[in-house]
Amino acid sequence: MSQALLTVIGEDRPGIVAAVTQALFTADCSIGDASMMRLGGYFTIMQVIDYPRDLGSVEMALDPAIKRLNLRVHLDPISSVALTADMPNTRVTVYGADHPGIVAGVTGALAAIGFNVIDLESESSGSAERPLYVMVIQGYAPEGVESVRKAVVPLREREGVEIGVHPIEAAVF
Amino acid sequence: MAVLSILTYPDPRLQRKAEPVSVFDDDLHHFIDDLTETMYAGPGGVGIAAPQVDRPQRIVIVDVRPKLGEDCHGLMVLINPELAAWEGMAVGREGCMSVPDFTGNVIRAERIQVQAQDASGRERSYECEGFEARAIQHEMDHLDGFLFLDRLVSRKIDLFRRKQYQK
Repeated sequence: MSQALLTVIGEDRPGIVAAVTQALFTADCSIGDASMMRLGGYFTIMQVIDYPRDLGSVEMALDPAIKRLNLRVHLDPISSVALTADMPNTRVTVYGADHPGIVAGVTGALAAIGFNVIDLESESSGSAERPLYVMVIQGYAPEGVESVRKAVVPLREREGVEIGVHPIEAAVF
Repeated sequence: MAVLSILTYPDPRLQRKAEPVSVFDDDLHHFIDDLTETMYAGPGGVGIAAPQVDRPQRIVIVDVRPKLGEDCHGLMVLINPELAAWEGMAVGREGCMSVPDFTGNVIRAERIQVQAQDASGRERSYECEGFEARAIQHEMDHLDGFLFLDRLVSRKIDLFRRKQYQK
């Protein structure tokens, strides 16, 4: 089996996930890590797939769904390396009045302490007059949660946002 | 005393609703001793419920001292436990001896009041919070056939939770 990263974008409507995954199933692919979500008015899929033959046959299997649902599809072969990634040990939650520079400011401070972003989700919400920005970052802080708490202190004032820093620990019961 | 074997998902016996305990005899006491030893022998070692060892009775044991030291209630034997009140919500990552190799985010109440009988049948009441409250809620779920897998939520939903209070 070889691995590829499959990207799918299309105007949101019911049936996109079903059509794409059914096509992959008929092409003998299996699905690994996947992120599928609506962003704006579009539905987006990014997922790791294992495919048995060549990428051409994967594209062929996807073709009817691409045409019917007017999707844009991209396939990148990736090397099947073992997972070297660190598990997240810190969750950073950010919210505040939406304005340019929040993400850049926060992630810049995190990058400076070697924080590796593993997962970032954000959403602009609230009303048009009072837009609210909410972001949740999960990642690995090599120096631990306290180092992250220290790093984000200046940002609270500078960006005028609330920033929470929480350890991610799995409790086994 | 003996370490009992733990049922693991997807064993259907984990989904049974457990029966209340009505007889507080030597057999129960022996079982509680075995269940306690099994808990301490486990990878988490802070909580266990009778259905996890194939005994469908409403018995939960929690002792979070390995995690919190003496800043907790210590060993609690909770028989026929009921949540009398709860307050606040918190997201936490949980794993379970009956679901090896998997953890997930679960929302639990931050503070709880639990009423239960002890090993001799006396009525007891405990107020717990944080990690200890989470452990009790996790174990009490086993009595109704629920695993933390039944309570998984997405990160987005974690984020947009609203605080709710109920007495």
